[in-house]
Amino acid sequence: MKINLTITIAKSLLLARWKQTLIAAIGVTFSITMFITLLGFMNGLNELLDGLVVNRTPHIRLYNEIKPSKKQPIEQLESPDIQHHFIHSIKPNLGRTNIYNSLAIIEALKHKKEILGVAPKVTAQVFYNVGSVDITGVINGIDPEVEKKLFVFDDYIPAGNSMDIKNIPNSIILGKGAADKMMVGIGDNVQVTTSKGERVSLKVVGFFQSGIQDIDKVQSYCSIATTQKLLGVDNNYITDIQIKLHDINQAPLLAKKYGEIFEIDALDIQTANAQFETGSSVRTTISFAVGITLLIVAGFGIYNILNMMIYEKMDSIAILKATGFSGQDVRNVFLTIALSIGFFGGIFGLLFGFSLSAMIDQIPFNTPALPTVKTYPVSYNPFYYVIGCSFAIITTYFAGLFPARKASKIDPVIIIRGK
Amino acid sequence: MNPIVLQAKNISKEFHDPTTIQVLFDIDFSIRRGEFVSVTGKSGCGKSTLLYILSTMDTDYSGELFIDNQLVTGKKEKELAKIRNEKIGFVFQFHYLLNEFNVLRNVMLPGLKLNQLPQEEIEFRAMEKLKILGIEKEALKMPNQLSGGQKQRVAIARSLINDPLIIMGDEPTGNLDKKNSNIVFDVFKELTHSMNQTLLIVTHDQEFANNTDRIIDMEDGRIISS
Repeated sequence: MKINLTITIAKSLLLARWKQTLIAAIGVTFSITMFITLLGFMNGLNELLDGLVVNRTPHIRLYNEIKPSKKQPIEQLESPDIQHHFIHSIKPNLGRTNIYNSLAIIEALKHKKEILGVAPKVTAQVFYNVGSVDITGVINGIDPEVEKKLFVFDDYIPAGNSMDIKNIPNSIILGKGAADKMMVGIGDNVQVTTSKGERVSLKVVGFFQSGIQDIDKVQSYCSIATTQKLLGVDNNYITDIQIKLHDINQAPLLAKKYGEIFEIDALDIQTANAQFETGSSVRTTISFAVGITLLIVAGFGIYNILNMMIYEKMDSIAILKATGFSGQDVRNVFLTIALSIGFFGGIFGLLFGFSLSAMIDQIPFNTPALPTVKTYPVSYNPFYYVIGCSFAIITTYFAGLFPARKASKIDPVIIIRGK
Repeated sequence: MNPIVLQAKNISKEFHDPTTIQVLFDIDFSIRRGEFVSVTGKSGCGKSTLLYILSTMDTDYSGELFIDNQLVTGKKEKELAKIRNEKIGFVFQFHYLLNEFNVLRNVMLPGLKLNQLPQEEIEFRAMEKLKILGIEKEALKMPNQLSGGQKQRVAIARSLINDPLIIMGDEPTGNLDKKNSNIVFDVFKELTHSMNQTLLIVTHDQEFANNTDRIIDMEDGRIISS
């Protein structure tokens, strides 16, 4: 049958009961709206929370771990089958914590296709001196430019300018927690003592706030050169090489590969932060479950309305069949009705869902833990819009399928003779 | 002699609910082109049951049915629907117009379904049919704005749209008053005379039947005279 004719008949049946049709469509619209909003909101929150850790964590970290050597000298003796050594309590010797040949490794990594960027880092254990009290702390020597590009560093600097640590000699971006303890502001000087006992005065040019209290109390940032000076080492002393990849999922594989190539310890993000991915996936699953439940409820609404329509239009169906419309034609008409309810309800649902998300995006959300977040986080990932629209069509299709099949099986003789 | 358009061979039917009752016994007859045939008999004699078998809507029977010299018994639902669309026009006791469409559209629907002519052509033909029945002025009204007689004439126009081989009617005047019955009868008469249209009408109106070319009289599921 011509599609045009199916659509004409479906349209006239729809318009004849336009109030019920509208209610069915509103059901779909409502569920899609809630689905989009819920997922957008939930995902915005997920991204924010994951970002707290994931943004600041390199996908792969190359470093030297202090540990006893894997193959002790005694084991290098020949014929180990016959002999057995009884040496217990093996300790690591004083190894280097910096990476051997670091500048060459960085240069090599920079040319690899799978790598987005490489950021060198020097870590130094220090004490912040507050009067007579010493607070333990860690100074990270970084390149603010690279750090900004790869780890959205500036998002965690509520006051001051990250570039200043590079431009102003002997300057520091102090952790907010540590700064509060020391009661210093921007422009003040702080005294730090290095692990080797040297005392240095550093100028505060900014604050660092990650939102995680324990980190903010300890971590501070200087330029690489300043940190190397603190430690009294030369300029190729690098303790960490942080790598950001194009595809985060490749991290475990590449970490292993780089570890072998450069004979170094390599840690991938999945191993370091396994719990975050679990949290995100559970939250996403819950939102999907709620969204799908809403859609199924809307589907039952459509099922009911189509069923009622079939009872009301029994005569029309009978005469259509008597005058030569086949069961399949009648089924197509009712499926068209269901799908158009789903389609238009779904489209409006997407629009309303987008507007509601945009509204939530405007609601103020101030928390001391997250300095750069001013409003509720919302994700506008188009994936959820595509999923929402497909769900709307699929649910309405199935909601329409059963009544449509019933309509197609109506026996015109029974209806016509019944009069 | 005119060709045979419809032929029934040994058609029998049983109802199985609640107990098995045979309602039609070896019905055997044929209708030739241009005949105006009426089927009469008392209530419950099986005349409507026979009509629905002949119309291909009821497929639960034994025997053979030929329409246009083609065996239709045992064909699939879709093929039967096509045969009804192309070769059979229906007029029922109740008009069965679709209230969602205007009169013209109602008449056009089976033509649109057949889909052999462009829409404009079907519309033109529908208007012609309405003119034959004298209701072209009502073409753009909705069915519920018409009188009972007018509705029945619209139903007849609809049955004519695909130039069917045969028009079947189940008590087409059953719901109408004397005046409208006469109008409908005159329309049928006119169709056979001027257009050589074949008609098979089930009725219990003896006066109506007496004015037709041929009467098939039924009693207890058997044809007693034809």
